[in-house]
Amino acid sequence: MSFSRRDFLKASAAGIAIGAFPGLAFASGELIKKKGQRVVVVGGGFGGATAAKYIRKWSNNKIEVVLIERNPMFISCPMSNTVLGGGRTIDDLTMSYEELKKKYGIKLIKGEVTAIDPEKQTVMLASGHLKYDRLIVSPGVDFMYDKVEGLNESVANISITHAWKAGAQTVLLRKQLEAMPDGGVFAISIPKGPYRCPPGPYERACQVAHYFKENKPKSKVLVLDANPDIVSKKGLFMAAWKELYPDMVEYRPNALVTKVDVVSKTAKTEFDDVKADVLNVIPPMKAGAVADMAGLANVDGRWCGVDFLTYESKVHKGIHVIGDAVSAALPKSGHMATSQAKVCAAAVIELMQGKQPDQNPTIANTCYSMVSGNEAVHVANVYRFNAEKQAMISAEGGGVSAKRSELEGAFAGYWLKNILNDVLL
Amino acid sequence: MIMSRTLLVVFGMLFCTAAQADVDKHARNLAASCSACHGTGGNSEGGMPVLAGLDKVLFVNQMKDFKSGARPATVMHQHAKGYTDEEYELLADFFSAQKRH
Repeated sequence: MSFSRRDFLKASAAGIAIGAFPGLAFASGELIKKKGQRVVVVGGGFGGATAAKYIRKWSNNKIEVVLIERNPMFISCPMSNTVLGGGRTIDDLTMSYEELKKKYGIKLIKGEVTAIDPEKQTVMLASGHLKYDRLIVSPGVDFMYDKVEGLNESVANISITHAWKAGAQTVLLRKQLEAMPDGGVFAISIPKGPYRCPPGPYERACQVAHYFKENKPKSKVLVLDANPDIVSKKGLFMAAWKELYPDMVEYRPNALVTKVDVVSKTAKTEFDDVKADVLNVIPPMKAGAVADMAGLANVDGRWCGVDFLTYESKVHKGIHVIGDAVSAALPKSGHMATSQAKVCAAAVIELMQGKQPDQNPTIANTCYSMVSGNEAVHVANVYRFNAEKQAMISAEGGGVSAKRSELEGAFAGYWLKNILNDVLL
Repeated sequence: MIMSRTLLVVFGMLFCTAAQADVDKHARNLAASCSACHGTGGNSEGGMPVLAGLDKVLFVNQMKDFKSGARPATVMHQHAKGYTDEEYELLADFFSAQKRH
């Protein structure tokens, strides 16, 4: 399938049509009449799609699942930095939701949630409402544009991208790099943690450098990190920059970008003004907006506190939160979202059947980062539930690659294939 | 007397079945986290080894060898250290019972 600007326009036009004429559809009526036990899942990313599929699978299709997703297609954020490097196109990362409907009988509603009523156990959309027995919210992240003066969603969509959700901005950023003259500067700004995909920004620096090395060797990559040091896989990224892209990547710690100028493509930090040819500013993040609709973001007003046996919200009974939106000492990654989704799916089924959920959830995470066209590095960890601390704690033995390798580069590709199959097929 | 004995046996069996089901579910839940790399139910589509239908003894031995370093690995030595011997057995039970596609 081709993923063009026209598709995006078509998709958003459809969204607007539903929003503008709700009366034409179901007014405020019940979208799908609730008969038996039902779980509604909001958000069809790695977390939400996995939860929806595994509830059907593990309940032997006894529990009805309605999945609400606003985007027409699933686009994988993991590995999307390789679109910038040239190793993949956005089409390679784009999947359909059709199999979830056909194979698992998940009812898919394309639309946006406008409100959640935890008391009446109802989710509202522009086109009508849905009742639920249990709700799973997998909202991902939203961007705190107000922390960077001059930046907002429109600016991000057309000029100073974040490209931190794979899709149109990823494609735009690649086009900006292609249009940049040799000898230009690409600057990336990394927010303070926690943010989605801890190694992602450093991987992006590698992928852009990889593209420059092959196409625009006089160009520079400037990494402006609001954190005091490289957050993830430090030694491996530093080695990649030094050995693969000598004199091309410059890293600046404690460089918090507070302001941008769109016209001159300038990022302002506490210390200086940085002018770039291509400016990529990743704003600070918080739980996706859906979390706010039910007041679920009870940690710093940004992240959602949950019970790690069930992922039930600390704020509302009957509402579960999974994925990047959760407040935890767990990496905000695609693999982690799917692992949480499965713990949550299993627990939701047990709770709906009046049984006790698994008391010892133990989950794994493996994150690959592509540091060149064919070499990768990873971080891997097992996490287990600690009853005393009521938290997920890192188990022994986790760690990173000994060194970057082509073998791990190949494994990274198979990781993507296997996890996408597990989530959507 | 005979009745109550029969009932006891029946209750005992019910209890065992429920407890066994919990063990099986715990094994299933443990194994679910592996599928990102090894495919759903251990049916990898390539690259990482297929775990579905793998012999139990072989599975447990491999995990022990990853942990000790006897079998070199890029990732698995790290994951192997994160799980207990008991969990190796549970995972082996689960994966050996999965059908290969």
